[in-house]
This record gives sequence, structure tokens and C-alpha cells, in this order.
Amino acid sequence: MTIKKNKIKEKIFAILTWGAGILSIVVLLYIIGFILYKGVPYIKPSLFSLKYTSENVSLMPALISTIIMTLMSLLIAIPFGVFSAVFLTEYAKSGNRFVKIVRVTTETLSGIPSIVYGLFGMLFFVTFLNWGFSILSGAVTLAIMILPLIMRSSEEALSAVPDVFREGSFGLGAGKLRTVFKIVLPAAAPGIFAGIILAVGRVVGETAALIYTSGTVAQIPDSPFASARTLAVHMYSLSGEGLHMGEGYATAVVLLVLVIGINALSAFVAKRIGGYGKDK
Amino acid sequence: MKKRKVKENFMEGLFFIAAAASIFAVVLICFFLMANGVPAIGKIGLVKFLFGTEWSPSDIPPLYGIASMIVGSLYVTAGAIIIGVPIGLFTAVFLSKICPTKLYKIMKPGVDLLAGIPSVVYGFFGMAAVVPIFGNSIISGCIILGIMILPTIIGISESAIRAVPSEYYEGSVALGAGKYRTLYKVVVPAAKSGILAGIVLGIGRAIGETMAVIMVMGNQARMPVSLLKGARTLTGNIVIEMGYAEGLHREALIATGVVLFVFILIINLSFSALKGRKK
Repeated sequence: MTIKKNKIKEKIFAILTWGAGILSIVVLLYIIGFILYKGVPYIKPSLFSLKYTSENVSLMPALISTIIMTLMSLLIAIPFGVFSAVFLTEYAKSGNRFVKIVRVTTETLSGIPSIVYGLFGMLFFVTFLNWGFSILSGAVTLAIMILPLIMRSSEEALSAVPDVFREGSFGLGAGKLRTVFKIVLPAAAPGIFAGIILAVGRVVGETAALIYTSGTVAQIPDSPFASARTLAVHMYSLSGEGLHMGEGYATAVVLLVLVIGINALSAFVAKRIGGYGKDK
Repeated sequence: MKKRKVKENFMEGLFFIAAAASIFAVVLICFFLMANGVPAIGKIGLVKFLFGTEWSPSDIPPLYGIASMIVGSLYVTAGAIIIGVPIGLFTAVFLSKICPTKLYKIMKPGVDLLAGIPSVVYGFFGMAAVVPIFGNSIISGCIILGIMILPTIIGISESAIRAVPSEYYEGSVALGAGKYRTLYKVVVPAAKSGILAGIVLGIGRAIGETMAVIMVMGNQARMPVSLLKGARTLTGNIVIEMGYAEGLHREALIATGVVLFVFILIINLSFSALKGRKK
């Protein structure tokens, strides 16, 4: 009797486990399929004209703004992120009080919701520093947001570099700085790069942190102090107007393709990390 | 030789400054939010602000009570957890112990992709696929958020389950317990604190999520009346009204952000505590 009951229980849990696994992937495919189905019919050449008008609802300016926004925020976040990781792994003694505080604040930063970043960016960069609604305000806000991501992946990549590398370099008479730049950082490059690509994904998909920092102007920005909307903000604006939902879904398709590309690239780069230290 | 020494010291200083940047950022964020939000709470009155059920900035005198948004956020977060946790946990068990390697190679990037999809895209999906069935309602918000927190819960639970020593599994099976009985009675309980940490992080994601939620929830600023009716969250309140708010209204919105920030800090602290316990 109990054996039979146990068998049934096993069956039920087998079904639940397999079911949930399959459901997760079906949900993903359904979302992608749905967005493609809704958006692809609206992809026309006029969506890619360089100037946005209320007739063509072009996404091209937003796409260019997205690229500018990504480059600017990376330009700020990468030096800070990588250098702080260098300090934490190569210079600071572990257990150091400063290191502990840095870890706590980094974790805090990574938990802050994007709308709170948006509020802060609006209060500090837009109003206090008087940069106005601008691509610069947006980029710096996003740079703070992706800082923990770049820090963590750089730190992981740096600490995965075997100590033999450092000892060998010191043994040959190189100084600490030289060892860091010529030996350790190059060896950790793929891991750092994979983290940076993930950060690109965050920037590309971000909306809430940008609406009140970089604003929603739909043209190509002509200076860092000009307002501009990224693709994600463009989509949100279209949904608010409610007149061009089809174009909104078409933009979603473009955004989705970007994100899938970014994820694939990150996975591809991350795969190469294992090679270092083994055969070199 | 001396020049090299100077350069070494200079660069070490630079690295130190970079490392201090995250501390600086957190202090700056706290300071600017508090300085702009807390005075408003003082003017409105803490109790009136947190427990007032009326939010009507255009009334004379205006009323700034965010209780309905706090309740809205809690409802939709609880709903997301109810939907996301069972599916996420079962999926994590599937991925870590059951899934054939070939399928894993497809599923793992799939789950990562689920995490990478921007929240506006989830919002558009929700507007077209979920809202037509459930309307602009709390339920729609729960479903979309439940999907959005899946990758967080799956990822952290999966690594927690993988960290359980294989002796646990083998020992239980050797005693005659079935495979699934072992997984759910021995392995999952052993990974409990890691899984809990994943759930807490999921709660943080859900409470902080903005764009997808406002696109499917209707955003009425009133006490939630039913799961099938609309409601507004703390995050939604900020995004929807910040565009035109002025004076005390604007400050009250920033104060809403402060409340959200405090919630998140509490959640983060419990996450760190749970993660610490694991080690």
C-alpha cells in the first residue's frame, strides 16, 4: 500500500519538476514569439529614417541615442569598475575594513531599483549640477547603476588569474604596476569583457532610470547636454501615446534582437575564460 | 628608479579612489534622496504620509497618503512570489539534477535571456497577452512580475542546490528513498538558506520593478479592492506623476522614493544575512 503510494508521489513530483522546467522555456518562447508576431509586420524602411516625425515614428534616432548612451556610460563605468577591482584583488589586504565597506556598498548599489537611480539622477545631475535633461545626466546615472556589475565580474576574473603569473612576473624583475597591466589584466580580459557586455544589456534595456534624467526627445542628440531617448524609453513613450502600438512592437523586436545578440556574445566570451591559466 | 616608485604610488592612489567610488555613490544617493524627501514627510506628517489612504494632490488641501500604494506594492509582490517561487524552485531542481546535458545547454541560456529581456518589453507583452484576459489589474501585474523574477529565483536556487554535497543524495537513495523524494526531502531542505536568499532577492526585484508594472496595472491611486481591479505601486506613483509635479507634490513623490529605498535596504540586509548564514 505505502509502496504504491510512494510510487504515485514520485510520479507526481517527476511531472511537477519536468513541467516547471518545460513551462519556463515555453514562457520564454511564447514571449519572443508574441513580440515577433506583433512587431515584424510593422518593420518598414520608414522606421529607420534618420529623422523622427510623428508620421514615420522612426526608431533610428533612438537606436543611435542608445549606442551613444551605452558608450558614454561604459566610458565612465569601466575605468572605475576595473580599477576598483584591481585595488580589491591586487592591492588591498583581505579582511581589511575598507574592503568590507566597499563590498557592502557595492551590494547595496546592485539592489537599488532603477527608478530610485532615476530619482537620484534627476535630483543630483539634472537639478543640482544643472546639467538638465541630457544624455550626459542619463549616462552618468546609468554608469553608477552598472558599476557593481562591472566591479564584480572584473573582481572574479582577476582573482581567477593564477598566482604563478604574478610570481613569474615579479621574478623577472617587473614592478607591481607593470605586472598588473601587462600580465594580470590581459589574462583576466575575457572575464572582464563578459561582464561589460552584460552591463551593455542593462543599459540597452533601461527605462525607469532614464525618463527623468535624459528625457524623452526623439531626435539624435547634437551634444552631451541635449536630451535624447533610448530605444526602451522610445517604446515607453509610444505606449503612453497609444497611437503607434504597432511601431512600438516593431521597436520591441529590434530591442529583443539586440538583447539576444548581447547575451549570446557574453556567453561566447565567458566560455573562453576557462582557457586561461590552463594552457598558457 | 625613483620615478618608478612615484608612478607606482600614484597608480595605487588612483585604484584606491576608484574603489572608494562606490562608497561615495551610495552616500551621495542616500543624502540627496533624504534631503529632498524627508522634509516633505515632515510637512505632511509621518503617520499621515505612511498610513493615509487618500492620495489626491489636486484637492484643496491636497492629500498625500501612500498607504494604498504600499498595499498595492505588497499585493503585487506577494502575487509574484506565489507565481514565481514554485515554478522557479521546481525549475531549479530540474536544471540542477534532472535535466539532460543537451537540454541544459539550451535551457540555461534561455533562463539567462529571460533575465535580459528589458522590462518595457515585458510591459508590451503584458499589454497584448495578459491584459486582454485579466484587464489592467493586480493579477496581470502578478503574472508579469512572476515571470520577471523567475531567472533570479532559478539562478540562485540552482547554485544553492548544486552546492549540496552529493553524499546527501546518495545516502538517501541508498536508504531506499525514491529519486524525487530524496530531491525534495533531503537536497532542497539542505539548500534552504540559499533558496531563501534567492526568494528575498526576487522580492527586491518585484518591489523595485516599475515599467512593466505600470503598463499592466491600471495605476488607480486608491486602496486595492479586488485582484481583478487596478492598483498603483510605489514605483508607479513616482513615474506617473513626476513629469508634472511641483512643490510639495514633487517632494511627496521623492519621499515615496525614500520609502521604497528603505524597503529595499531592509530586503538587502536580510539577503546579506541569509547569504552569510550559508557560509
